Amino acid sequence: MAGIIGYGAYIPCYRIKAEEIARVWNDDAESIKKGLNIREKSVPGIDEDAATIAVEAARNAVKHAGIAATDLGAIYVGSESHPYVVKPTATIVSQAVGAGNNLTAADLEFACKAGTAGIQMLMGMTESGMIKYGMAIGADTSQGRPGDALEYTASAGGAAFIIGKEKSEQIAEILATASFTSDTPDFWRREGASFPSHGGRFTGEPAYFKHITSAANLLFEKTGFKPSDFSHAVFHQPNGKFPLVVAKQLGFSEEQVRTGLLTPFIGNTYSGASLLGLAAVLDKARPGEKIFVTSFGSGAGSDSFAIEVAEGIEGKRGRISSIDGMINGSKIYVDYSVYLRNRNSIKKS
Amino acid sequence: MEKASASSWRRMEERYNLLANECKNCGAVYFPQRIVCRKCGRHTKMESRKLSGNGTVYSYTRTHSPADAFEEESPYLIGVIELDEGPRVEGHIVENGKEVTIGTKVRPVFRRMYADGEEGLIHYHFKFAPV
Amino acid sequence: MRDVAIVGIGLTRFGERWEHGLRELMAEAGVKALTDARIESKDVEIVYGSTMASGRFAGQEHVAALLADQMGLKNVPAVRIENACASGGSALRQGYLAVAGGIHDIVVVGGVEKMTDVTTAEATTALGGAGDQEWELAQGITFPGLYALMAKRHMHEYGTTEEQLASVAVKNHENASKNKYAQFRKKITIDDVLKSRVVSDPLKVFDCSPISDGAAVVVLAPLEKARQYNDTPITIAASSQASDTLRLAEREKLTEVKAAQIAASGAYRTAKVSPKDINLAEVHDCFTIAEIMAMEDLGFFEKGKAAKAIFEGETALNSRLSVNTSGGLKGCGHPVGATGIKQAVEVVMQLRGEAGERQVSNAEVGLTHNVGGSGATAVVHIMKRSN
Repeated sequence: MAGIIGYGAYIPCYRIKAEEIARVWNDDAESIKKGLNIREKSVPGIDEDAATIAVEAARNAVKHAGIAATDLGAIYVGSESHPYVVKPTATIVSQAVGAGNNLTAADLEFACKAGTAGIQMLMGMTESGMIKYGMAIGADTSQGRPGDALEYTASAGGAAFIIGKEKSEQIAEILATASFTSDTPDFWRREGASFPSHGGRFTGEPAYFKHITSAANLLFEKTGFKPSDFSHAVFHQPNGKFPLVVAKQLGFSEEQVRTGLLTPFIGNTYSGASLLGLAAVLDKARPGEKIFVTSFGSGAGSDSFAIEVAEGIEGKRGRISSIDGMINGSKIYVDYSVYLRNRNSIKKS
Repeated sequence: MEKASASSWRRMEERYNLLANECKNCGAVYFPQRIVCRKCGRHTKMESRKLSGNGTVYSYTRTHSPADAFEEESPYLIGVIELDEGPRVEGHIVENGKEVTIGTKVRPVFRRMYADGEEGLIHYHFKFAPV
Repeated sequence: MRDVAIVGIGLTRFGERWEHGLRELMAEAGVKALTDARIESKDVEIVYGSTMASGRFAGQEHVAALLADQMGLKNVPAVRIENACASGGSALRQGYLAVAGGIHDIVVVGGVEKMTDVTTAEATTALGGAGDQEWELAQGITFPGLYALMAKRHMHEYGTTEEQLASVAVKNHENASKNKYAQFRKKITIDDVLKSRVVSDPLKVFDCSPISDGAAVVVLAPLEKARQYNDTPITIAASSQASDTLRLAEREKLTEVKAAQIAASGAYRTAKVSPKDINLAEVHDCFTIAEIMAMEDLGFFEKGKAAKAIFEGETALNSRLSVNTSGGLKGCGHPVGATGIKQAVEVVMQLRGEAGERQVSNAEVGLTHNVGGSGATAVVHIMKRSN
């Protein structure tokens, strides 16, 4: 089966605390922090966007994988904040990682699950022998309307995964994948609109929970695995609370979810969210451990994966900085006005 | 500021990936690339060579009076970086909370440089980050 | 080679000349210079006109023909010389070569810049074209930024201080206060400089030359015929020029302008003088650090010693060496295309003994030092009273 040859991530160094956002809108910070299980979120620098984040993550992934970038046969970048509506982020990434010109590339959009959709596409392409390696990236500088509840979580970051079928090169094998898709309008952003709109509580039960549990159950049926077979479980994490709730519904313990739950510390990186969670788990996982991953993209759909960590993971450790280092390394806290400035929401001209 | 697509595009390998070149006669490394070796003073065989982008801050300044298209980012930190492979190059130094002074070690990062207004192209470029 | 003399000078007041465009400024300086040289317009054989970025500042290219026309010179050949901020010095050198080589007798060299019709950001960008467009300006690196990079390194290597940088501006404002052509007539203190707004650290507003309008014109003639036109012709004893990489980072050092060193040593050799023979110098103080480096590059002080010497008054008016008696680019103003020629005009005034309140008492030998960009072009002229 196809597997992960290498991965890389990027999280901007800027942070804004939930208290600072609450201060501006006269919200009760403590109840928000508790309700969403969020302390702070990452903020892009004024010169960062989904393309620069994708490039940084992609460069780390190539370094981690130890492959020649020119051996990449496909690059897919999933994001809901591509810098251009027309003109691919994927070509910027392929040029910047030195992938050469003999490859296919495209941008993907499926709210927060475009990155895992890219991985599934590459599984098929590598297993069929169409390409040797492919890279799928989920990266976002997601937006939340000022004053909206989303503002506490919508953050910036991304992760890149290089997929290939050669078992000896894999750091983890993807044992199976299953998806669940329906037309569920829980969250959207129209062409030309600066901020997304959402259906409030409708984003919960009929959207996030239904799709994740459905995809997960499909995967369990397909493989015969049960939650206790996995050392770690990673879910899409729009806030710090939903993944814990859905985990419990499916029969996972909080312990299984802990390592891959990053939202309380960096916010919801949208297309990057479940992939960053997986990267954080891989940073620590031991060969033989199984990892359960389920993404969720509004609109709506979920991709579920069963992954088994391979021996090869040990040899590639330490090649790039860890997710933990990016989360807890040198951070710069910004206030709300600098946050707005970095997001280009206030301008001099 | 350059508005045309082509003028930015033809420098892309240099601006994204620090692609330098090297004189096969004397070994001098040039970034940005040169057609004619300055050291040999004549046209010699030049070969492409990718630089690590790692280097040391040779000088730096924070600019508060920006050029066109850089107003939003102002003030910004500019440095002359002595790259490990030899050449010195000007570049932005991103502020990541680490101190910047002469002698600070830097590594390359990929960032937006500027955009041609609200509807024009976004120009991406290497910058340097203190390590 | 013939000896060449300056037989006529004309200068406009530098500054914000709201009521005057390119053509008025040219005509004002041109008419003064032709009158000073007591020549008829028909005597002029060629015009060299210098402007750095008239296209960016005023939307006007093809400036030499306009200059000739506005001065009342009909159908003479007119050529524009552009070498960034060293355009004026470069044009003067071309005029010098034409006369010295025996090609022309009466040559008019005029420089002009009309800078105040654009915004500060537009002017900053236009001036940025003097650096490497693709690798400096395209990264938002401005001229104050480039000179700040030099200043930081100079401070690092030689212990140069912000107070010493400031003392250059204080001296030049002091001199400018005595010059009716100067943009700034107000004296300033070290503290004023240190407390002014930071432009690109360590350079503050008062470390930087201003955005200015102005024009300067000189008339050249062979020395053998010079007294026909002027009672006190000034000989150009040397004209020397050199270039370097356009991009600052690629130079051997950031703490010197090598092109200026090369141009200066060539000039001293030709004029058969040494730095200690120079009584006054008009140097390119586009930023305070530039004057400190100029003092070192021109051999007036050892490397690393000029800043302290300037701070201690060794280059003040009528001290050991009088530097930038006009007020320099800092105090008198810096209409870029005019600057190199204005420097020559000031030295001529001094050598003629016509500098009034700011007259250098022992003015025998003067030097001009005009730099383009961050040092990719340097032009040095040495002038003497004619015997």
